Amino acid sequence: MSFDVAIVGGGLVGAACAASLSERGQKVVVIESTGIASGTTAAGMGHIVVMDDSEAQFALTRYSQMLWDRLSPELPKLAEFENCGTIWVASDDEEMDEVRRKSAFYAERGISCEILDECSLRAAEPNLRQGLAGGLLVEGDSVVYQLFATRFLIEKAKRNGAELIVGKKALEIGANAVTLSDGTRVLCGRVVNAAGAAAAELSPGLNISKRKGHLVITERYPNFARHQLVELGYLKSAHGSATDSVAFNVQPRSTGQVLLGSSRQFGAEDGEIDHEILRRMTARAFDYMPALRDLSVVRVWTGFRPATPDNLPYIGRLPEHDNIFIAAGHEGLGITTSLGTGELIADAMLGCEPAIPIEPYSPARKVAEH
Amino acid sequence: MSEIGSEVLVIGGGAAGMSAALPASARAKVTVVDDNPLLGGQIWRAELGKIRSPEAKLLIESLEAGKITVINNAHVFGPDSYGRLLAESPDGTIQLKYEKLVLATGARERFLPFPGWTLPNILGAGGLQAMVKGGLSIENKRVVVAGTGPLLFAVADYLKAKGAIVVCIAEQAPAATIRRFALGLWRYPTKITQGTAMRIRLRDVPYLTNSWITGCIKSSGSSNAITATISRRGKTVSLDCDYVACGFHLVPSTELASVLGCRIEKGVVVVNEYQQTSVANIYCAGEPTGIGGIEASLVEGKIAGLSATGQTDAAREHFAERDKTRRFGKALNSAFALRAELKRLAGPDTIICRCEDVEYGRLTEFPSSREAKLQTRCGMGPCQGRICGAATEFLFGWEPGTVRPPIFPVKMENL
Ligand SMILES: Cc1cc2nc3c(=O)[nH]c(=O)nc-3n(C[C@H](O)[C@H](O)[C@H](O)COP(=O)(O)OP(=O)(O)OC[C@H]3O[C@@H](n4cnc5c(N)ncnc54)[C@H](O)[C@@H]3O)c2cc1C
Ligand SMILES: Cc1cc2nc3c(=O)[nH]c(=O)nc-3n(C[C@H](O)[C@H](O)[C@H](O)COP(=O)(O)OP(=O)(O)OC[C@H]3O[C@@H](n4cnc5c(N)ncnc54)[C@H](O)[C@@H]3O)c2cc1C
Repeated sequence: MSFDVAIVGGGLVGAACAASLSERGQKVVVIESTGIASGTTAAGMGHIVVMDDSEAQFALTRYSQMLWDRLSPELPKLAEFENCGTIWVASDDEEMDEVRRKSAFYAERGISCEILDECSLRAAEPNLRQGLAGGLLVEGDSVVYQLFATRFLIEKAKRNGAELIVGKKALEIGANAVTLSDGTRVLCGRVVNAAGAAAAELSPGLNISKRKGHLVITERYPNFARHQLVELGYLKSAHGSATDSVAFNVQPRSTGQVLLGSSRQFGAEDGEIDHEILRRMTARAFDYMPALRDLSVVRVWTGFRPATPDNLPYIGRLPEHDNIFIAAGHEGLGITTSLGTGELIADAMLGCEPAIPIEPYSPARKVAEH
Repeated sequence: MSEIGSEVLVIGGGAAGMSAALPASARAKVTVVDDNPLLGGQIWRAELGKIRSPEAKLLIESLEAGKITVINNAHVFGPDSYGRLLAESPDGTIQLKYEKLVLATGARERFLPFPGWTLPNILGAGGLQAMVKGGLSIENKRVVVAGTGPLLFAVADYLKAKGAIVVCIAEQAPAATIRRFALGLWRYPTKITQGTAMRIRLRDVPYLTNSWITGCIKSSGSSNAITATISRRGKTVSLDCDYVACGFHLVPSTELASVLGCRIEKGVVVVNEYQQTSVANIYCAGEPTGIGGIEASLVEGKIAGLSATGQTDAAREHFAERDKTRRFGKALNSAFALRAELKRLAGPDTIICRCEDVEYGRLTEFPSSREAKLQTRCGMGPCQGRICGAATEFLFGWEPGTVRPPIFPVKMENL
């Protein structure tokens, strides 16, 4: 049997590619070694967020967010899609300057947001401690239960004729076939490598490393928090340096549970809980939201973000390989940017004009560096 | 955060844990940690502050007289990254350092879902017993006791002594199997004596074999009354009652062993003849190594405590006795094996995971507990599958999911 496109990886990114390509009439097969949404997708936080790290990051997150909003009426209740908005929390005057800069950046690009002073911040989130400087409310951001969303996209692709191969690992990606662990060859016109943190194993030119993160989930406390809350020091502490870092990041789930992030560690290979960084992470959170101390935690887990050197994913054709496309390296934003990635891959493959420029994410940019 | 160091650390203050701590304390600095206010474990748990069993009293007194540190009200919720265990107590987190560890974490009841099981007043058999021990009045209340295993007898006996009207005991196992099991008991004289005394006290309570509960509905009229339907030898019988106490035998509590990396097979912690697990400095005794009852817990505890402190010759002296209790355990578990009909009790709308309200009908399509969990939230709630896991294992043949710390919910500041 032969397919137009074989997608390696059944995480949210692979699922989004499958949905986009099959919608445009492509005969698709998804090859997933372990289980649908069992990789990094199973570990992530599900915050759909517009970011302003760089113009390219803004463009992709914004475009993707619009796609999520468009999809949301179709999503079943179990996908827990909720437009709760984000509040970027500023702890001092310096961070308030950042609030104003961020607000101006968003406003110029048509993102609706509102500057909160100390009082309105407390009114919006009574469990934050007193004495914080303020914050920026970005209304359009949302939260999704990405595991269910992945399944939903896979089902959608299946209705458009897509097939699934689960439980077999892709060992090699060739020009017109993918070789599986049991020796079978899946014949296809094109391949999308959406293997997340493992993508470089199949396409060696890519520079993807693992950035470990810890998350903590509590029992149900409805209305404990109402927006996704992220400290503004986040960018400084998380993306800025190559050392381990923690940041205050709280998410209200539609179940009433509170999901707490986040930590970033390089070079950690095993998924074990690291109590030192976990305690740093909770201590940081207590500093912003002391009432978290008393919430009952039901589970702690870790995941690996597929990180690239410039924090932008690889999306597009692999240089010198006409038939091989990459959709991987989405770091801590792959839940958000999955939908945009799917559309960009379909555009690139089928020669359509993309909604946003695709060049900044070109796999060539890093390959060229070597 | 406080830190306590011991040469031998025992988790669980039931029969197994206490009998491990005693001989170990002759050679080593021993600490016993239990999550209850008093020692005694599941069977000897204090009733309104008093321990009844003379055997338990003796054990507890010896423990208190010895050089053993006892920490009550402390829940061990997992290891940290430095080879210590963490326990949540009313005074915050305790870091427990150890050289040797004895896991004596006991068992819990298996509950199987049937239509109506989430109504009020339908409780685990041991759960209802614990509530009565804690002060709930059961006097003149009609109770249907249903499920399987000798625990049903013990609970019925207890409830009756507290003034309950035990409507019947519905035992799913076939009469012939139970008869064979009872005949085999001559090898275990203490069991016979206990059993006979109980039978005499329960002589006016119908003991229905080949009978199992198929559903419960609210009775019309008074608020919490229930009509329970029982399948009895192919016929359906309706019974009115105030409480249903259900228990489908016991499931070993292996979560702590599991997060510590001890090998677990077929739901029990694997140990060698010295009660040593696959992790060299960790021993395990009592119900986690296989449901075997109180005698098994006592003797396995002794062996574990002796072995952990290098008293291997003394440990060997108990091997024969332990092997005998193991044979009893085997006979017990096969006599009360669950019949296949019980897999068909739940309807599409019957809740399986109570924490997350997941119905039976949504689970049937999944190949594993992990997939079901990720896609339906089954087992994701506060109990982390401790209750529904034993049910889904039986219903769908799913292996239990990976255990992750904390193995019990814990306050965030105590993590
Ligand atoms: C702690 C944490 C918090 C996060 N929070 C957020 C957030 O709030 N918002 C957000 O947008 N993003 C967040 N992310 C990031 C997001 O989770 C990831 O970017 C995203 O899930 C990546 O999806 P993926 O499909 O590329 O990778 P994966 O989900 O890892 O999918 C790759 C799949 O490929 C399979 N695979 C690998 N190799 C092979 C092979 N050889 N053959 C066959 N199959 C193979 C794997 O089994 C896997 O299922 C977070 C990540 C972490 C770790
Ligand atoms: C609900 C129930 C009722 C029972 N009733 C009877 C009965 O009436 N008659 C009878 O003969 N047998 C009964 N049994 C069987 C009985 O449990 C065993 O025969 C006996 O108690 C086994 O002793 P043990 O030491 O192995 O376990 P247990 O007595 O269960 O002792 C284990 C102890 O460890 C504690 N513990 C477990 N994990 C942790 C942790 N992580 N941190 C801190 N402490 C922990 C537990 O709370 C408990 O106190 C009952 C069992 C159950 C589950």
